[in-house]
Amino acid sequence: MTVATPPAPPGTDRRRPPPRPRRRGDLGAAVLFLVPATIGFVVFYLVPAVRGAWFSLTDYAVLAPGSFVGLENYRRLAADPQFWNAMGVTAYYVVINIVVQTLLAIALAVLLQRMTRSILVRGIALLPYFVANVVVALVWYFMLDYQIGVVNVLLGYVGVDAQAFFGDPALAIPTIALINVWRHLGYTALLLFAGLQTISPQVYEAAAIDGASAWRQFRSITLPLLRPVLALVLVVTVTGSFQVFDTVAVTTGGGPVDATRVVYLYIYDLAFAQLDFGYASAISVVLFVVLLVVAIVQLRLLRANESDNA
Amino acid sequence: MSTTTPRTLAEPAPPEASEHRPPRRRPPVRWQRVLGWAALVVILLITLFPFYWMLRTAFSDNRALAAQADNLLPADFTLDAFRRVFGLTTLEESLAQGGAGGRIDFWLYLRNSVVVATSITVGQVFFSAMAAFAFARLHWRGRDTVFAVFLSALMVPGIFTAIPNFVLMKELGLLNTFPALVLPTFFMTPFAVFFVRQFLLGVPRELEEAAMLDGAGHARVFLRIMLPMASAPITTLAVLTYIAAWNEYFWPLLVGQSEDVRVLTVALGIFRSQTPQGSPDWSGLMAATLVAALPIVLLFVALGKRIVSSIGFTGIK
Repeated sequence: MTVATPPAPPGTDRRRPPPRPRRRGDLGAAVLFLVPATIGFVVFYLVPAVRGAWFSLTDYAVLAPGSFVGLENYRRLAADPQFWNAMGVTAYYVVINIVVQTLLAIALAVLLQRMTRSILVRGIALLPYFVANVVVALVWYFMLDYQIGVVNVLLGYVGVDAQAFFGDPALAIPTIALINVWRHLGYTALLLFAGLQTISPQVYEAAAIDGASAWRQFRSITLPLLRPVLALVLVVTVTGSFQVFDTVAVTTGGGPVDATRVVYLYIYDLAFAQLDFGYASAISVVLFVVLLVVAIVQLRLLRANESDNA
Repeated sequence: MSTTTPRTLAEPAPPEASEHRPPRRRPPVRWQRVLGWAALVVILLITLFPFYWMLRTAFSDNRALAAQADNLLPADFTLDAFRRVFGLTTLEESLAQGGAGGRIDFWLYLRNSVVVATSITVGQVFFSAMAAFAFARLHWRGRDTVFAVFLSALMVPGIFTAIPNFVLMKELGLLNTFPALVLPTFFMTPFAVFFVRQFLLGVPRELEEAAMLDGAGHARVFLRIMLPMASAPITTLAVLTYIAAWNEYFWPLLVGQSEDVRVLTVALGIFRSQTPQGSPDWSGLMAATLVAALPIVLLFVALGKRIVSSIGFTGIK
């Protein structure tokens, strides 16, 4: 779920151990220590991954034993308007969510770095991230209610008509995307903030001596030097964003008229409402591949491994 | 684990590196600082306001909400919403208070969440630490390959394994039992193994060797040296694991709908869907979200400092 850096090791001694009078390594002990984790890995990750790939080639439906259908499920999804709608809706969500979140997070990270060292301020910013998606979704669902939501009341004060944030197909996805920006903003900002800490103060001092303005320093120093961290943060947030489910499931449930039927929700409905496990598995295979490709493309585009600091 | 939250990997950095003093620059012009603080305050207010609104509405009378939609204080302060949420009212009373009338008992769901999150945390942290010990401190052929295979599970989207895991639980006859909710994350998560391993890699060799010379076996080294030395990162990991398990919605929704194992997140979703379209039980719903959020908020307040400083990122992907 989370991202955290393990606190510093007590030493940094990573060298190979000196040759010791041991006969055949620690294989025996290692096997014993790995038994529980390996059971967990094999039973709940490895076998299910293989099985999921196999399901996608069958018409498995839980109640009836499935039979092998080759690539039929994949042909079906290529011609399934619901699938393409789900992919489109998800992409729309990801774009709004990621663009807004990343811009605000950069701004917040820079603000945090320049204005305050306060752990309290950072803690408050981080708080929403630790509250369940479902809770966040329901609180905003109430605050954005058409009739008595406080946001619409405030809009009324400034002369704007009440908005059906979840009922209007044009507003539903942006609304859900922004709710999740609210939840993830502080967390993303803190990741970037940690990246900012690694930029040497001397660079800024040199720039200041040359008379560079704050904006100029941000553009010519902060952004380029932050890019490798930004790339990794983006890979992680984009991957998470594609898997949006909780917020949609407890607010719109996919409506109005499929306007928020994101791909996770579509897979969920296929598998657990229609028991079409084979087809649902095929779509989750496609989602997996899409996520891999998007991650690779991002790393390439953002040249995550190189720094401009040359 | 969680299906919608991003997962990040991080490498340990000495605390001085992540916490070192900020660049001491010329103090910017005054109005810039004023603007900066104004922006920061606005962001913090927007961050905190929904929490306050949850609280305010939970203590409101549901029938008074519509007339006092802009009242910053609870509308006709009352504890009725909590009484409904904890199943302390009769159906008639509940309906009279503007409740939905469905049977709800958040004490039970609270207990279930505690049982599930605690079991997952205890198992996952201990077993992952054992695995991390094998990957960080023991020497055997193929070690790094096996570790890479474990880590590769990080790339797989949750739903891809959730479908076969659901089928597995069904085949084992475990649907709607605590084991179904707990087992998939009980033995390990790639993140937990990675997290502890990163720390154990840096423990000085000498300690271990001294113990070995005294005749201690690997089990003793693990229990008496490694676990105590790693108690700080393991505590952080336990808190993060607990929060993730507590907040998880997707997996419990698949395997734990029945009331005796229903956790808070699933109960909230059901509560929301039972709410009549015309006149929702908003104050009940907000009281319920408060019950679900409060333990985590308290945990965060108690241990927030440690968590905040552990958020960092150098990435290994």
